[in-house]
Amino acid sequence: MEQIITTIIIIILALLIPNTISLTKAKLAGRRGVRIYQYFIDTIKLLRKGAVYSPTTTAVFKIAPSVYLGSSIVAMLMIPVGVLHPIFAFNGDVIMFCYLMALGRAALILAAMDTGSSFEGMGASREALYGALIEPALFLTLGTLALISGSTNFSDIFSLIQSDSANMVIVMLIIGYISIKIFTVEMGRIPIDDPKTHLELTMVHEVMILDYCGVDLAFINIGNWLKGASIAMIAANAITTAFSLNISLTIAFALLVAIIIGVVESIYARAKMARNATYILTITAIALLMFFVAFTLLKEIEL
Amino acid sequence: MSWLRLKNCGKAINLDQIPNIEYPEFYQNLVEMLEDENFHIADYFGYSTTEGLKLIAIILDDKNSDILIAEHTYHYYCEDSLLSITAKCEAMHPFERDITERYGIVFKNNPWNKPLRFLANRFDKRMIIEKYPFYQISGETLHEVNVGPIHAGIIEPGAFRFTCNGEKVLHLEVALGYQHRGVEEVMCSTKSTLKQNIIAENIAGDSAVSNAIAYSTNIEKLSANLNNNSKQLNTERAIAQEMERIAMHIADTGALCGDIGYQLGQVACEALRTITINTTQMWCGNRFGKSIIRPCGTNFPLNNEICSEIKKNMSDVLKRYDEIRQNIKNTPSVIARFEACGTVDRNIALHIGAVGVCAKASGLLRDIRATHPYGEYKNMNHVPIIKTYGDVMSRLTIRCREVLQSIEYVLSLVDKIDTSIVQSRPIYNNNLMQNAISVSIVEGWRGEICHTAITNSQGEICCYKVKDPSIHNWLALSLAVRGEGISDFPICNKSFSLSYCGHDL
Repeated sequence: MEQIITTIIIIILALLIPNTISLTKAKLAGRRGVRIYQYFIDTIKLLRKGAVYSPTTTAVFKIAPSVYLGSSIVAMLMIPVGVLHPIFAFNGDVIMFCYLMALGRAALILAAMDTGSSFEGMGASREALYGALIEPALFLTLGTLALISGSTNFSDIFSLIQSDSANMVIVMLIIGYISIKIFTVEMGRIPIDDPKTHLELTMVHEVMILDYCGVDLAFINIGNWLKGASIAMIAANAITTAFSLNISLTIAFALLVAIIIGVVESIYARAKMARNATYILTITAIALLMFFVAFTLLKEIEL
Repeated sequence: MSWLRLKNCGKAINLDQIPNIEYPEFYQNLVEMLEDENFHIADYFGYSTTEGLKLIAIILDDKNSDILIAEHTYHYYCEDSLLSITAKCEAMHPFERDITERYGIVFKNNPWNKPLRFLANRFDKRMIIEKYPFYQISGETLHEVNVGPIHAGIIEPGAFRFTCNGEKVLHLEVALGYQHRGVEEVMCSTKSTLKQNIIAENIAGDSAVSNAIAYSTNIEKLSANLNNNSKQLNTERAIAQEMERIAMHIADTGALCGDIGYQLGQVACEALRTITINTTQMWCGNRFGKSIIRPCGTNFPLNNEICSEIKKNMSDVLKRYDEIRQNIKNTPSVIARFEACGTVDRNIALHIGAVGVCAKASGLLRDIRATHPYGEYKNMNHVPIIKTYGDVMSRLTIRCREVLQSIEYVLSLVDKIDTSIVQSRPIYNNNLMQNAISVSIVEGWRGEICHTAITNSQGEICCYKVKDPSIHNWLALSLAVRGEGISDFPICNKSFSLSYCGHDL
C-alpha cells in the first residue's frame, strides 16, 4: 500500500512539475498561463494519434521512445518519497538509477542519429556531451548519499541519514542544490537549453525529437516528466532529510523546485552553447567537493 | 569627373541630362569613388532602351549630400565584355549579379557571379537548380547544415547553408531568390498612381511607410506642374516614419530577447510594440501605417484627438522602453550572449557597402536622415547614433537608442502640428515629366531605401527600380557568423533583421 502511494505521488508530481514551471513563467510575464491539466490533455490527445515515420529511419528510431519511457518508469519506481518506500528497492539501486537515465538518453541519441537529419545529429552530439559531463555529478551526489547513510538502497538512504550536526545539514542542502542543477541539465531548462525556443540551431533536447509525432512523442514527453519528477524528488528528499521535516513538505519542496526553475527561466537568459560545458563541469566540481567534505566529516578527519 | 550631381530633395531630371560615359572611364570613376569612404553605392541597374542597354549608377556622396548619377550605354554585340567592378569594390556584387542574370552580361573577372534572385540562371540554361553553385569546403571533420528554405518563424523563404567544424561555423551561404513577385514589373504594368502607391507599400510589409514615402516623393519630383509639399505634410510623414522605426526596433529588441530565452525583455517589448502599432492603427486604420502616405497630400491628416493619443502613448512607451533598455544593459546573462558575438568590423562593413543599423554599429556613418536629408529631416539636424564594436550588442544598443531618439522626434514633431490647417487631398492624376528620371532615397528603419523611377515619352513610368537595404547587408550576416558557434546564428540574424521580400523583389 505504502509503495503504491509513493508511486502515485511521483506520478502526480510528474504531471504537476511541467505545469508549475510554465505557470510560474506565465505569472511572472503577466500572463494568465495554461490550465493546470493542459499538459495532461495534450498528451492524451497525442496518445490517441498514430505515428508517422520517415523512410530513412530504421527500427532504432521506432523503439527509442519505448526504451526512453520504460527506463524512466523503472527509474521512477525506485525513488522514495521521504520515508515512504518505493516499489523497487534493492542494494545498489542508486547505480541502476543512473544507468537507466543513461540508457534512455542513449536510446534517444541513437534515434536522432538514425533520422540522418543534420539538425538532429547536432542535437545528439550536444546531448551526448552534456550527458557525459553531468553523469559524474549524478554519481557523486548519489555516492555521497550512500556514503553518509551507509546504504546503496534508495529507500533506506533517506530514512537512515541522521542530520544531527550542522555540518550534515549543510551537506544535505548542497545535495538538494546540486540535484536542482542536475534537474536543469537533464530536463534541458535554461541556462542549458530553452524548451520554448523555435530555433532548431540552438536546441538540444527538442531538436532530437523533431521527427517524432503522435504516440511516440507522447511516450518521450511522459518519460521526460517522470525523469524530472524523480530528480526533483531526490532534491526534495535531501532537503527534508536535512531538517527532518514532514512528508507533506517533501512534496511541497518538489514543487518548489519547479517554481525555482520557473523563476530562473523568467529572469535569466540562456547561456552561450560553448559555455554550457563549463556550467555543467562546475556542478560536477561542487559535487566532488561535497563528496570529500562528507567523507572527511564521516571519518572525523581534522583538516 | 563628369557625373551629374543631384540633391535628394531636388526635382527630377531629363534622361538626356545624365552624362553618358564610356566604360573605361565609368569603371575608373566608380572604383575611385567607392574606395573613398565618403561615397557609397545606392543603386546600379540596367535599363533597356532602343539605343542599347543603359547601365545607370547612382552613388551617394555623404560629405556633400549629393547624389551622383551617370550611365554607360552598352552595345551587346559590338562591345567587349565589361570589366567587373566587384573585383575591386565588393559592394557592387549584388548589382552586377542582378545585371548578369537579367540581361546576360557577364562581367570579366567577377570573383563569383552567382545568381542573385534566380536559382537557375536564365541566360545560361545549363545552370539548373540541381547545379546551384553552393560554396563547398570538403574535409573529414566538416559537416554541412542546411536551414530552410522556409524560415520557421516568419514563414519567408530563404536557405542558409552552413559549413561547420563541430559547433563552429566556417562559412555561411545565404541563398535567397525563392519568391519572384515581379514588384518592379508590376509597378510599370499599371498607370494608376494609387495602385502603384499600394504596390510600393507592399514591397516589404515591415517598411510600408518608408517605401511609400520613397514612391510618393518620386511622383512629386516627377510632377512638373506641382509646388512643393506643404510643411505640415512633411511633418506628418516624418511622424509616420519614426513611428514605424519605433515599432520595428522594439519588435527586434523583443525578438532578440526571445531568442536567448530572456522572457522578461521579450514580453515587455511585445506589449510596447502593440501599443505603438495600435497608435498607428488609430491614425490610419492600419497597424503598419499603410495608406498614410499618398502623393501630394493625405487622406488622414492629424487631428487633435490623434495627436494627443500619439503623445500619450509615445510618452508611455518612452518611459517603459527605457526601463527595459536598462534591464537588458544590466543583466549579465544577456550581455554575455550579445557582446563579442557576430562582429562585423568597420573595414568589412565599409567594403561590402553596409548600410543602416549594421553600418552604424560598425562605426560607419550611413544615415540618409543626416547625410541626404529629405522632407522634415531638413529642419531637424538629425545626429545619428554610432557604435564601434560591430557586435550584436552594438546593433541592439543602436536600436534601443534610436527608439528613444525617434520618440523624442515624434513628440516634438507632434507639437508642431497645427490641426487647424486644412491639408490637401492626395492627387493621383498628375502629369509626370516625360523622359525623366527621379531618384528618391529614404532612411527606413533597416537602412536606406532607394527608389528610381524612369518615365517614357508619354509621361508614364516605364521603369521602376527598388533597392532595399537588405541587399547590401545580407553579406554582412554571412561574414558576421564566421567563427561563431552555429547556435549563435539566430541572434546574429535577428540583430541584422534583414528582409527576405525586400531582396526578392
